[in-house]
Amino acid sequence: MEKPGQPLFLARASYRRRRVADAARLVPFFGVVLLLLPGLWTTTAGSMIYIFTVWAVLILAIGALSSRLRGITEADQEASEPRRDRLPDG
Amino acid sequence: MSFNLLATICLAYVAVLFAFAFWADQRAASGRVGWLASPLIYTLSLSIYCTAWTFYGAVGYAARSGMEFVTIYLGPTLVMVGWWVLLRRLVRIGRSQRITSIADFISSRYGKSNMLGVLVTLLAVVGTTPYIALQLQSVTLSFDVFSSTPGDNLREIAFIVAIGLAAFTIVFGTRNLDVNAHHHGVVIAIAVEAIVKLVALLAVGIFVVFMLAGGPGPMLDVIAASPIAEQTIQPERWTVLIGLSAMAFLCLPRMFQVMVVENSDERHLATASWAFPLYLFLMSLFVLPIAAVGLNVLPDGANPDLFVLTLPLEFDRDMLAMLAFLGGFSSATSMVIVAALAVSTMVSNHIVMPIWLSRQQGGATVSGDVRKVVMVSRRISIAALLALGYLYFVYSGGSGALAAIGLIAFTGMAQVIPALIGGLFWRGGTRIGAAAGIGVGFAVWLWCSFLPSFGDASLIPASVFANGPFGLSFLRPQALFGIEGLDPLVHAVFWSLLLNTVAFCFFSLLSFPSPLERLQGAAYVNVFRYTETAPGWSGGGAEAEDLLVMSQRILGAGEAQTLFTGEAQAQGKGGYLPDVTPPFLERLERELAGSVGAATAHAMLMQITGGVSVSVEDLMRVADEAQQILEYSNQLEAKSQELGRTARQLQEANEKLVALSVQKDGFLSQISHELRTPMTSIRSFSEILMQGENMSPEDRARYSQIIHDETIRLTRLLDDLLDLSVLENGQVTLNYSEVTLGTVLDRAVDAIAHSSAGIQIVRDLQSEDIPLHTDGDRLAQVFINLISNAQKYCTVDNPSLRIVVGQEAGRPVVDFVDNGHGIDTDVQSVIFEKFSRGSDPRAAGGAGLGLAICREVMKRLGGGIAYLPGQGGAAFRVTLPRTQAVAA
Repeated sequence: MEKPGQPLFLARASYRRRRVADAARLVPFFGVVLLLLPGLWTTTAGSMIYIFTVWAVLILAIGALSSRLRGITEADQEASEPRRDRLPDG
Repeated sequence: MSFNLLATICLAYVAVLFAFAFWADQRAASGRVGWLASPLIYTLSLSIYCTAWTFYGAVGYAARSGMEFVTIYLGPTLVMVGWWVLLRRLVRIGRSQRITSIADFISSRYGKSNMLGVLVTLLAVVGTTPYIALQLQSVTLSFDVFSSTPGDNLREIAFIVAIGLAAFTIVFGTRNLDVNAHHHGVVIAIAVEAIVKLVALLAVGIFVVFMLAGGPGPMLDVIAASPIAEQTIQPERWTVLIGLSAMAFLCLPRMFQVMVVENSDERHLATASWAFPLYLFLMSLFVLPIAAVGLNVLPDGANPDLFVLTLPLEFDRDMLAMLAFLGGFSSATSMVIVAALAVSTMVSNHIVMPIWLSRQQGGATVSGDVRKVVMVSRRISIAALLALGYLYFVYSGGSGALAAIGLIAFTGMAQVIPALIGGLFWRGGTRIGAAAGIGVGFAVWLWCSFLPSFGDASLIPASVFANGPFGLSFLRPQALFGIEGLDPLVHAVFWSLLLNTVAFCFFSLLSFPSPLERLQGAAYVNVFRYTETAPGWSGGGAEAEDLLVMSQRILGAGEAQTLFTGEAQAQGKGGYLPDVTPPFLERLERELAGSVGAATAHAMLMQITGGVSVSVEDLMRVADEAQQILEYSNQLEAKSQELGRTARQLQEANEKLVALSVQKDGFLSQISHELRTPMTSIRSFSEILMQGENMSPEDRARYSQIIHDETIRLTRLLDDLLDLSVLENGQVTLNYSEVTLGTVLDRAVDAIAHSSAGIQIVRDLQSEDIPLHTDGDRLAQVFINLISNAQKYCTVDNPSLRIVVGQEAGRPVVDFVDNGHGIDTDVQSVIFEKFSRGSDPRAAGGAGLGLAICREVMKRLGGGIAYLPGQGGAAFRVTLPRTQAVAA
């Protein structure tokens, strides 16, 4: 369902940002697949190297995406944040 | 190293933590939050996931089961890596609803139901107790390693540690009531501890790999040669454990506390998404090497759970052992502090407060500070929880391996997951469904996992394990429904979560949610779509003063008054008491929810407002929000179209007015001229007559004639004007008689014939024989006008006028068509207006009143006259009234 108030087609920059968000959604699924691979059930030392490699790749991938996604949440928050519930915080 | 030195260092370390916490609280209190709320601190605070279980237990786990230990870290890694899908949503909701705990989150989602809050709180208490016992056990065991008389004083050490932790939590965890106000002191303390435990484990790991094993290459050989290499990964346990740890990461009370409640900025998640997996990566990097070397080097009976500590001691690295000890101590204490904080909030908000509220006779408005009640209940809860953990530790006798206890606690808290995930993504999830799911999952977990954990024959008799309760073999705790051979953990996780999810979905589908549930459901599921939450209140008879009294008791007098004055000012009122509007109630409830939880806050407001909460209309409004936007834009479009039409009409009217105004100006100068010309000649000829005594009679007669003619012309002009004004005012009297069209036309042609300068009139006499009941004189006047017009304006060489009689829609019509140039299109619209004349004023004999008179006459006669375009020349169609023709 199309969200109300959102345009159907976007400029290049916003299009890119959405695809970055899509990529960030995909990372955990790739992570699950890689970490459940049957190739794991070999030697302990071998699986250790494999798992830590996959782990490092996941960290790098989400690190690269998150720095770009940060900008989106920023824009997001600025749009929705000027609200009263932030007023007296303590 | 002496035990006393250890105790001293330990105390010094605790003192440093206290100092850090105190300093951070002071700094935050003076408004300089700054880096206290930075992404780095947020990431480090998440590290309370790594408890003593992780610090010591992971090595023991690895020594027993090989790589399986890493699943406990892979689950959270996957959750963090997928932050954009789930955590972002969780944090956004937590912030917008001012959520205080996981129990509050669930209860708030399902219509602020306190029943659910109680259920989740119970689950949390039961699940957290063994976990706290586990921490006490590991701290105690690590102390014991340094003790000169191992095995003694274990309970005393555990008792002292429990008291110290309770004191720290009470001092820094219950300073302010508003849970959402962030416990900067606690967070800073656990961030420091996070660094200590990471550094300690890395130090031990590097020592083991590079000093003991001689580098990474030989290390792999040691691993390959150790008993660990024979441990193969069991796929079903592997998968279940990853899933379980991922779920636990989301809903363990302490994790929810640091991840959602203490979160001060959504963007911190972006940093934590890679930084926290990196932390976990580093924490687990050296676990397997430590386990392998420990198994290799240490004597056979050594407890693998303590390898981190005993390995440095074995090689007389006292400082390293000390660091490792502090690391383990940090892991245990930070976990206990935050867990106690989170669970005590739940207990006080969902169990103590509702009971206290219901026992108050005067409802929520009586005087007295509720804050004291809440504070005391939180402090007692913290102490009670630690006491429970201590008792569990004492009576379980330090049973089982550390990892087993941790996994049991994980499975227990994971029972919240179906309701949590269902509540986030499915609006159809209901309170009944969530309660059923959590209840069923809780029961299955107790039966299959928690009770058996006390040992085979302690709480559940061995016969029940073998044959099931009352001989019902399909209810055996580790072989439900007769499915045997599963790993007990996989068995418990599988059945509890499966039955939980089935119950949640089934009862959600069957039940019907209350309006508030549906409202909250929409607010949760659509948290990114609608930034403003729907009002949960619709009026009600609350008095602002009652609300102020109540708020002061929860928020404190100063803050409550600030809130009320601020609202009053926003409403444009002075003083302390704003109008009790639904948005104000909504805001007030949210403020209160930050202190006592959504369910209690809602219940308190309900007591005052007399139970007027959300109405079905409000609900419809939320549901129709999208529809409304659509309708609104449609309305706008319709309006702009209407405006466009009006503008066009106005433009047309304006054009007509401008044209008329020009015509009128032209007419005025024309009529002045017309009046002036005869007047001039009348005056000059009458002057000649006055002076001309010796004038010949012929001349006199001629001049008199001229004066006479000019007077007639003037009279005719004035007659026309008079005639038109009489016609327009409806004062004319018509003399109806029976005539035929032919005779009227004859009369008109005859009347014009004497002055007709050569225009040829073509008629068809046969067709003109139409009887009419009308005013023949008036009709003739119209015809004369049209014929004389043709005479005047038809400027071709052989002018001719065709008079054609026909029928249009059953009415007789008479067309007057000449062979001239016709009338320009832009003039056509105004020729029937008064003062209007053709484009060639020179040819005009009259004053431009003729056609206006014709139109008025035809209107009076019940017919009409119109210009007929496209006939080759100027053409007018006179429509005669139907009734007369038929009547004849």
